[in-house]
Amino acid sequence: MAEKLQFELVSPERLLLNEPVEMVVVPGTEGDFGVLPGHAPMISTVRPGVIDMHDDGQVRQRIFVAGGFAEVTFERCTVLADEAAPLAELDRTGVETELKGLRDKLAEADSDGQRTAIAARIAVAEAKLAALA
Amino acid sequence: MPSLKSFRVRIASVKSTQKITAAMKMVAAAKFRRAQEQAVAARPYAERMARMLGSLAGAVSGDDGPRLLVGTGSDKVHLVVVATSDRGLCGAFNSTIVRGARQLIRQLLSEGKTVKILCVGRKGRDQFRRDYGGRIVETIEEVGRRRLSFADARRVADRILALFEAGEFDVCTLYYNRFKSAITQIVTRQQLVPFPVEGVAAGADGEAKAIYEFEPDEAEILADLLPRNLAVQVYRALLENSASEQGARMTAMDNATRNAGDMIKKLTLQYNRQRQASITKELIEIISGAEAI
Repeated sequence: MAEKLQFELVSPERLLLNEPVEMVVVPGTEGDFGVLPGHAPMISTVRPGVIDMHDDGQVRQRIFVAGGFAEVTFERCTVLADEAAPLAELDRTGVETELKGLRDKLAEADSDGQRTAIAARIAVAEAKLAALA
Repeated sequence: MPSLKSFRVRIASVKSTQKITAAMKMVAAAKFRRAQEQAVAARPYAERMARMLGSLAGAVSGDDGPRLLVGTGSDKVHLVVVATSDRGLCGAFNSTIVRGARQLIRQLLSEGKTVKILCVGRKGRDQFRRDYGGRIVETIEEVGRRRLSFADARRVADRILALFEAGEFDVCTLYYNRFKSAITQIVTRQQLVPFPVEGVAAGADGEAKAIYEFEPDEAEILADLLPRNLAVQVYRALLENSASEQGARMTAMDNATRNAGDMIKKLTLQYNRQRQASITKELIEIISGAEAI
């Protein structure tokens, strides 16, 4: 396919990626969605999960994002991610220990605000683990 | 007349001060460059966030929108967030911010509003403690001491949000120094809550006018987006602030180095003059002594 889609991945600290791809699959809160060139404009929230970048009918790169927002227009797909890392750079044991630490913290937390904050981080860590599996 | 030795001591002390200020200038210059790069790198996210917010806010109708966007319907209690530095020796950097904030506080108080202050940075707190000490609700220090990260900004934003949710204030205004150049910083006042959205009209290009589909729906996305937007705004302000701070320190230290140079020149002149005078005096004593014989 000659036509390409401009895919942008932005974190609050910097622009991480800005390159043309054939298709991206974004983990939306209401289910994964694939974006091809000419997609109808849409805004969606993103759950913690993996973004797949497709080129020549194959997955070229997989990137983990810890939630955020996606904006799709006819020729572009922009993902505003809270935190992003290529899947290959995630380290399984590191995530596991993090998850364990967070669960301990959750048991100790004494206010509702703290609990929801930690629960959100646990969800991110669990999604990381699921992505690695 | 001060002795020759006291001159030598003073010159030596001014020289070592000059060395310190020159070194501080170099450090500030290096940090300044880093802060500037960071500010530039953070721009894309803020821009896209603003674009998204613009198209969303247009879709959500008037009064029943989220409170972060439309406000609490009252403007009795104001929270003034004053972002300053933790360190001094940066010229009038902190004083100008505090002066700007003080003006607003005075105006609000004369209108009969309640004012609360949230200080980010130690220097602001020190200046407010004297007259508005009782109004400071909280001070957040050591923000981004090494390198300002988004997590730091989020910590500040979370505090603001917690206060808002507890119903502690109705309107929130942020004061910081916008960076223009190393010599000029502009005190900037930005309203955070309720957040003024430029609206759909801002998207002049055809793309922004496109009608979006929303998933899940506008209200839910907005509820997620607004707190994050607050963090982004705070982050941007803090980045601007740190670039301004380093810029201000650079100029201040440059001035100090130059002043020390002038002082050394003046002191050396006086020292030489005095040395000459004492030699002349000794000669006169010897000659007149010889003549007396």
